[in-house]
Amino acid sequence: MDQLETLESQSIFILREAYRSFQNLVMLWSIGKDSTVLLWLARKAFFGHAPIPLLHIDTSYKIPEMIEYRDRFAREWKLNLIVGQNVEALKAKQTFPDSNATRLQCCGRLKSEALKHTLSGEWPRRVLNHETGEYDIVEGGEPFTGVIVGARADEEGSRSKERYFSPRDQHNEWDVSEQPLELWNQFKTDFAPGTHVRIHPLLDWTELNIWEYIERENIPIIGLYFDRGGGKRYRSLGCFPCTFPVESTAKNVSEIVEELRSGKFSNIAERSGRAQDKEDFSGLETLRRDGYM
Amino acid sequence: MNIVVIGHVDHGKSTVIGRLMADTHSLPEGKLEQVKARCARDARPFEYAFLLDALKDEQAQGITIDSARCFFRSAQREYIIIDAPGHIEFLRNMISGAARAEAALLIIDAKEGVQENSRRHGYLLSMLGIRQVAVCVNKMDLADYSQAVFESIRDEYRAFLQQIGVEALDFIPCSAREGDNIVANSDRMPWYRGPSTLDIVDSFAKEQDTIDKPFRFPVQDVYKFTESGDDRRIVAGRIETGSINVGDEVIFLPSGKRSKIASIEGFNVPVQTGACAGQSTGFTLTEQVYVNPGELMCKASDTPAQTGTHLAVNIFWMNRQPMIYNKKYKIKLAGARMPVWLREVVTVLDASELTTNSNRQQIERHDVAECILETLKPIAFDLTTEIAQTGRFVIIDNYEIAGGGVVLKAVESATNRVTERVQQREQRWQRSTITPQVRSTRYNQRSTLVLICGPANTGKEKLAKALEEDLFQSGRYVYYLGLSNSSLSMDVTESGERDEYIRRLGEVSHLFTDAGLILIATISDLDDYELETINTLNQPSDFRIINVGPNRFSRTQVDLQIDELNDIPAAVQEIKKLLTAQRYLIEYYL
Repeated sequence: MDQLETLESQSIFILREAYRSFQNLVMLWSIGKDSTVLLWLARKAFFGHAPIPLLHIDTSYKIPEMIEYRDRFAREWKLNLIVGQNVEALKAKQTFPDSNATRLQCCGRLKSEALKHTLSGEWPRRVLNHETGEYDIVEGGEPFTGVIVGARADEEGSRSKERYFSPRDQHNEWDVSEQPLELWNQFKTDFAPGTHVRIHPLLDWTELNIWEYIERENIPIIGLYFDRGGGKRYRSLGCFPCTFPVESTAKNVSEIVEELRSGKFSNIAERSGRAQDKEDFSGLETLRRDGYM
Repeated sequence: MNIVVIGHVDHGKSTVIGRLMADTHSLPEGKLEQVKARCARDARPFEYAFLLDALKDEQAQGITIDSARCFFRSAQREYIIIDAPGHIEFLRNMISGAARAEAALLIIDAKEGVQENSRRHGYLLSMLGIRQVAVCVNKMDLADYSQAVFESIRDEYRAFLQQIGVEALDFIPCSAREGDNIVANSDRMPWYRGPSTLDIVDSFAKEQDTIDKPFRFPVQDVYKFTESGDDRRIVAGRIETGSINVGDEVIFLPSGKRSKIASIEGFNVPVQTGACAGQSTGFTLTEQVYVNPGELMCKASDTPAQTGTHLAVNIFWMNRQPMIYNKKYKIKLAGARMPVWLREVVTVLDASELTTNSNRQQIERHDVAECILETLKPIAFDLTTEIAQTGRFVIIDNYEIAGGGVVLKAVESATNRVTERVQQREQRWQRSTITPQVRSTRYNQRSTLVLICGPANTGKEKLAKALEEDLFQSGRYVYYLGLSNSSLSMDVTESGERDEYIRRLGEVSHLFTDAGLILIATISDLDDYELETINTLNQPSDFRIINVGPNRFSRTQVDLQIDELNDIPAAVQEIKKLLTAQRYLIEYYL
């Protein structure tokens, strides 16, 4: 087996282990390349089906094309899609684009808070109804106890220490120094009431692996990643006020692979286009401890 | 390729990795400058280790807390380098890191020499099954690049490794801080012309022989996505060793059920006729057999895995609470998850000193021990020396993975937890002077346990109640134990402790049958081993099995099989006929 096959096999194993062990499992789908690869791997693991519901946290500042893409594939692949949002903060305009928050505060409200309360079931969830094609509002949902996330260890320092199965306590907190033992593909699948587990099937993948796999599997990926004429493309997707395209003329997947393998991005960090990382050297770690993905 | 870097605290593991990454140009652009600038700002001397210490508390304490992964590329291939912490407090993080690795670099400080964790880590490596080890004698700059210092450490540590059956590929004198013998030989040690650290890393080989071993496929799950219009019943998992083809006969252990591979399933892949070690895949079978997740699928033509309840194992224990007798733990071995008990501590090894102690009654944190475990039911396994993948396990204590271990051998045991319990009970029991025969004559019946089994929601309870009523009306001494809704089982069914529920059912049956009654009980999804437990506890009385719905026993002969419960009165008559024929219901003809 080559490296991609080994990575794929391990991720599938982890997804199935999660599905076997958790009653209330959910998978986060940001519409970006990583979580879309994760979704594809789930379809691989479950032989074309997607039995695990997907959760998208909509900050309302996502690039509009992302929402179109999300809804299209949710319908096409018959996904059980749930959307969560911090409606209150948006209504009160407590955001960075409204000039009422720093970038990191804004991330904390629109992403971390929304995620936390949507996972717990405290806040209403919008659930795609495949019969009407519309979203139904569901209140009082069960809390999710297993959350599958597309984090990769190579993204930045704090992520390199995650386990495949990483516990969070009642407050979503992550205790880096008291992490569980994890060996021989035996993961932490037992958990005390009130705690939940983050599951990271893509931990060992690099950005290059992701694109090589997209190319090999021919996974339909959102067009924002490609240069469509202006000499710019997104390398990492987020909210439009804080995510900037990079200079690149890669027009398709194989050109991106080439660019990462030996071209101009072979030694430049992926998140260099994300403004919030630069506000505070350890900003991401602080957010992560609070449950940020 | 995954490589772990281990060793005693402060011997320079992170520095070696930082240097390897910097000198092979594997760092992201600007990273080195960024860290150097931060050091300058904080008026601290720059160290290569800072490159890895990405987290705040780590930088504050200057030690690695958890295993961090970094990615690096040599001219030959790509690596994931795992930086494992050397501090004893973080031993379980070191193990988590090392367990992912295919090879290890062990770092020893030239000035401090071999320390406790140098030995402990070396020993754990051998338990984790990592056979490829190379040793860097680091900080040679602090030992004046002395050949004598290097050779003395090399000889001492080599002798230690030999004791535990590990052979180091090479010993490299180096200084990560100065960059000596990291990616190239150094002029400061002209007496050493062996491979550099990078050369050694590039020479580690990938494990190749898994495909040639017997086929082992732990069943992770059985999928049927009927609601999405898919009728395939797929046995899913990952092939740990060996290979298999469509048409091969397979055997599931420990149940012993057999079938044949009908197809190999996948999504977005061409049709496959064979599959081999490493693949996460799925199979459909020609003959539908009922198998549970956790069974081990083997190829009928291969040497099968062993099965048993008593295992001699080597364990390392990482929990603050010791591992003790008479406490229920959970074992996870390949796909199996099952209650397990510590039955005997044979010896405890002091991993740092390599001395053994045979008088210990429990296993303390950081101990490595040889002991005997007993599982609730038979479990399928291989010896670690034969197939590592299915010869190792972890132990769960209170939701946490508390330790890990490898199987040394299967142990024959004349007794088990259930028979011992019965022995104890019998010793204490004051038997009454009224014998079973006297009761039988008076009650005009022989006592027995009528167990109504089968999958959930097949109407078993209705049948049981109807049977009780019919027998009672015809003058029999009978009792229906509605165990599923009695206070007897509330606490255990809610917490999912089925083994305790089974034990209570057995003990209660014993009381009723000893009193001369016919006891009727229902239970869903009973398996052969659970029935054996109930039977042992219920002795000297016996039982009769009525199965409603699909029969999922593999060894037990059922006394009456009812495929579908359409006519309860007819079923009651059938059972009565059976009980009469077997002289439980005694009829006198005057």
